[in-house]
Amino acid sequence: MRAIGIILAGGGSNRMRELAMKRAVCAMPIAGFYRSVDFALSSMSNSHISTVAVFTQYHAGSLNEHLSSSKWWDFGRKQGGLFTFTPAITAENGFWYRGTADAIAQNLKFLKDCHEPYVVITSGDLVYKMDFNRVLAYHESKGADITVVCKDVPETVDAGRFGSIRMNEDMRIEEFEEKPLVARSNTISCGIYVIRRRLLIELIEMSEAEGRYDFVRDILIRYRGTKRIYGYKTEDYWSNIASVDDYFATNMDFLKPEIRKYFFGTHPYIYTKVEDQPPAKYNSMARVANSLISSGCIVNGTVEDSVIFTGTFIGNNCYIKNSILLNDIYVGDNTYIENCIVESHSTLQTNSYYKGDDGVRIVVENTERFVL
Amino acid sequence: MTKKEMIAMLLAGGQGSRLGVLTARMAKPAVAFGGKYRIIDFALSNCINSGIDTVGVLTQYEPLRLNTHIGIGIPWDLDRNFGGVTVLPPYEKMANTEWYTGTANAIYQNMEYMENYNPEYVLILSGDHIYKMDYENMLSYHKASGADVTIAVMPVPIEEARRFGIMITDENGRVVDFEEKPEQPRSNLASMGIYIFNFDVLREALRAGASQPGLDFGKHIIPWCRDKGCSLFAWRFDGYWKDVGTLTSYWQANMELINIVPEFNLYEEYWKIYTKNMPLPPQYIGKSALVERSIIGEGAEIFGTVRNSVIGCGVVVGEGTEIRDSIIMNDCNIGRNCSIDRLIAAEEVTVGDGVRTGVGEEVPNETDPHIYKGGLCTIGEQSVIPDGVSIGKNTMIFGVTKASDYQNGGLESGRTLMRA
Repeated sequence: MRAIGIILAGGGSNRMRELAMKRAVCAMPIAGFYRSVDFALSSMSNSHISTVAVFTQYHAGSLNEHLSSSKWWDFGRKQGGLFTFTPAITAENGFWYRGTADAIAQNLKFLKDCHEPYVVITSGDLVYKMDFNRVLAYHESKGADITVVCKDVPETVDAGRFGSIRMNEDMRIEEFEEKPLVARSNTISCGIYVIRRRLLIELIEMSEAEGRYDFVRDILIRYRGTKRIYGYKTEDYWSNIASVDDYFATNMDFLKPEIRKYFFGTHPYIYTKVEDQPPAKYNSMARVANSLISSGCIVNGTVEDSVIFTGTFIGNNCYIKNSILLNDIYVGDNTYIENCIVESHSTLQTNSYYKGDDGVRIVVENTERFVL
Repeated sequence: MTKKEMIAMLLAGGQGSRLGVLTARMAKPAVAFGGKYRIIDFALSNCINSGIDTVGVLTQYEPLRLNTHIGIGIPWDLDRNFGGVTVLPPYEKMANTEWYTGTANAIYQNMEYMENYNPEYVLILSGDHIYKMDYENMLSYHKASGADVTIAVMPVPIEEARRFGIMITDENGRVVDFEEKPEQPRSNLASMGIYIFNFDVLREALRAGASQPGLDFGKHIIPWCRDKGCSLFAWRFDGYWKDVGTLTSYWQANMELINIVPEFNLYEEYWKIYTKNMPLPPQYIGKSALVERSIIGEGAEIFGTVRNSVIGCGVVVGEGTEIRDSIIMNDCNIGRNCSIDRLIAAEEVTVGDGVRTGVGEEVPNETDPHIYKGGLCTIGEQSVIPDGVSIGKNTMIFGVTKASDYQNGGLESGRTLMRA
């Protein structure tokens, strides 16, 4: 592949509420045992991009732990590899990443030292699968300076939560508004870009000199008139997990057979760090319906329409409905859970009751657990 | 010269013919176990958990599956700059080329491998046992007792002792005598086939036995050591240990895993069992499915009923199907409206719709009554079973079968059916 990859994974999010208390959004667990950054990493690996940089900042610990070895995504190579860049104090700079463009600017040496002609930039909080070779071929055929992957969303979705795009008939982007009050188009930016490496270096250096630090606002929007910026439309599944409701819906999407088939049943596959959990176990009163159960789980109670992550224990006579239980949770006997997201490592006492009445309720129970 | 204190030599070359069709195309250590594991995972995980990072795996019979499973040892952290896992098949030499003719002969043919690491001690293991053992404890015992050879033993019921090699020890654990499969056992301490040798003693013993046909640890090396006056000690192990050498013991050991608190617990944090993990999603349990008293591997999709069973990774169980007391290995596809009892299906078996197994009377198997028994139906890997057939007890099926292979739509108990 003639491109290197950049994954922007530094963000926290207020809209993730308590879930962002202990991890970056890109480290959010997805579909039983993936992390959201796995989707970007796997797409890069499957597109044969061999050099990938991940920029981390907010709660980098959880993400760095996940990326402790590059071999799960097949990046452990002599040529290229997986590089994690967290802000560092240097002789020239003492700032955190002040924005996405600044993150690239602070690590410009990495870009300059590569030899690949193109860069694929993606956000790490997206759930998708993409062959970047196709995007790159499109980019070249259009003679574009920058290509933005975009998608038409249904009228029911508020396009104002995303970057809103209007293009001419040749797919050249004429209007690009970031999170507008009223979106004038139902085409949104997917947060995935292709750009020539030398042009990126040039634009980043100019922005930095002007004290501009945001890639979307200060490069895509600012240069949309002077540079040839094109849209590449995708019809495939794409989801951004920037809010609790998006996160909940994205996980629940994996209960649909066509979504599971798309991600897991068709090549190329999604890779993640291996956990060495034993097979899931169902004891005699287990009643599970329409749910995803991950390895390492032990189920004694009833689970319906839910996603249960690895290593979670569900006690006798529990009733769990329409909920997401993250990894390594202990659910005591006779507990009722509905419309909830339960934070990982929580210990839910016996006879508890949790229900999200209007919307999804986030449950965090840091009760100490004694394990023999 | 660089040096490892102890290296392990893992014997994985045997066919395990008593597992019948399960070992038709793979060595016994490569046979799937417990939903997502293969039998060799237990010995390899024990090695790394005991701090042994140099393991030679001796292969001979059908090694392909084993080789691809082990690879460079990444799942067990046995990919090392110095040491790690090395697969050791028999090889051609300037003179006297031969297959591995016995357990000790296999080790003898790999003297050079062992000498590379200049070890103090060599641990001899078999790749076909299910257990968790800290070999470091055994080594401490070996050092403390000043033994030349330490043999791991476990107490067995005295009436079963005649199936094993039995060690007779004094009060200090020193082996004073031993007997192979005795009619009148004088002790209940059975040898587990796990030995620690001082390397120089092992080297001498192997060289002395070099010309012995079928050179074997139990039959030749241990007696040689005794006759030479080496000090032999027995190290007693009281944990769970299972030789899954027969189809019934294999089925039994799998079924024990589904008890609420199994004697052999895979869920302990501090002694994990590692295996090669495929990139597989969590399992999906459908709307009208019922799963109880079972363990199920990753990526399985269950739409029917599963009771008292061990289901491997990527298995699909169709709607209306009921599976009881069965072992279904990785990537099998079980159709709809089947009724499956006591089935062992090897990997990638396809079972059509409306198939019934375990029907009819107990009749001894016509070809191998000592293998296919206990009412089990055993299906070899990549076999295909057509829609709507009934299959009896103590049966074996291997290959792509068609409806015309079944008389009156069924296979009677005790029959063996093989097709290309």
